[in-house]
Amino acid sequence: MKKHLNCGALLESLSEYVDGVLGDALCAEIESHVADCDDCRVVVDTLKKTIYLYHETSEKTEIPIDVRTRLFHRLNLDDFIQEKKQV
Amino acid sequence: MNEESQQEFSLELLRSGDRAELARLVDVHSTKIYRLGLKMLSNPQDAEDVLQNTFLKAIQALPKFEGRSTISTWLYRIAVNESLMLIRRRKPEFDFASKVEGEEDDEILLTQFSDWCCLPESELVSSEAQKYLDKAIQELSEKLRVVFLLRDIEKLSITETSEALNISESAVKTRLLRARLQLREMLSKYYGERLNAEKTG
Ligand SMILES: [Zn+2]
Repeated sequence: MKKHLNCGALLESLSEYVDGVLGDALCAEIESHVADCDDCRVVVDTLKKTIYLYHETSEKTEIPIDVRTRLFHRLNLDDFIQEKKQV
Repeated sequence: MNEESQQEFSLELLRSGDRAELARLVDVHSTKIYRLGLKMLSNPQDAEDVLQNTFLKAIQALPKFEGRSTISTWLYRIAVNESLMLIRRRKPEFDFASKVEGEEDDEILLTQFSDWCCLPESELVSSEAQKYLDKAIQELSEKLRVVFLLRDIEKLSITETSEALNISESAVKTRLLRARLQLREMLSKYYGERLNAEKTG
């Protein structure tokens, strides 16, 4: 087991790694580390999943119709309330 | 989202008070602003106040908007300030700019190593899980929460997040990592139990 990178050092680059913005060399080091270190592999996988789940489930939150209506009213845009929402 | 939404709207029309253009701006951004307020404050009435005040202030400030950031980032910035104002009303000692506790040192605790990624989607996004996700995010401190919301839920870049929050990019990165890891710990506890139940059940 060659460990160029210890678990603590991996943590420092973790955000950049899961965001896919880490340089090739560091990326390769992380990949070879997680191939040998099960805990770090799990941390990487579950971290990605955590971010994914929050983004996915939040997409479902839409502004309620009545909140939109009151907003348009407050902004003196009542005449545009009926217009189709374009998102 | 960044460049597109900038080009989608005519600043000239907006500044001249064109109401159709304004209505379009409101419709494109209202869900995002409402969602941010809701997750920041965890209260629909507060979220609605944030939403209304954000657009009222934006309309007032449009003549001074220089377009250095995108309209979208600018609206988030106003919405964040509105949210923080409500938080300060609840907790007068709250200071957003001060460092997060332990922001400097790198002790970040990792205690959960159950591999719950393989749980079925139905289990991961069940309505019970959804409630837990909401609860977990409320347990983050406001400073960490807002960074996570902008970066990972609204998908702003690090630079845009730093512009919206008026903190440095390195502070965004530090807070983001902490927020992500804290949420991962909490989710691992929750889904880890589901995983065990599935194995034994
Ligand atoms: Zn490791």
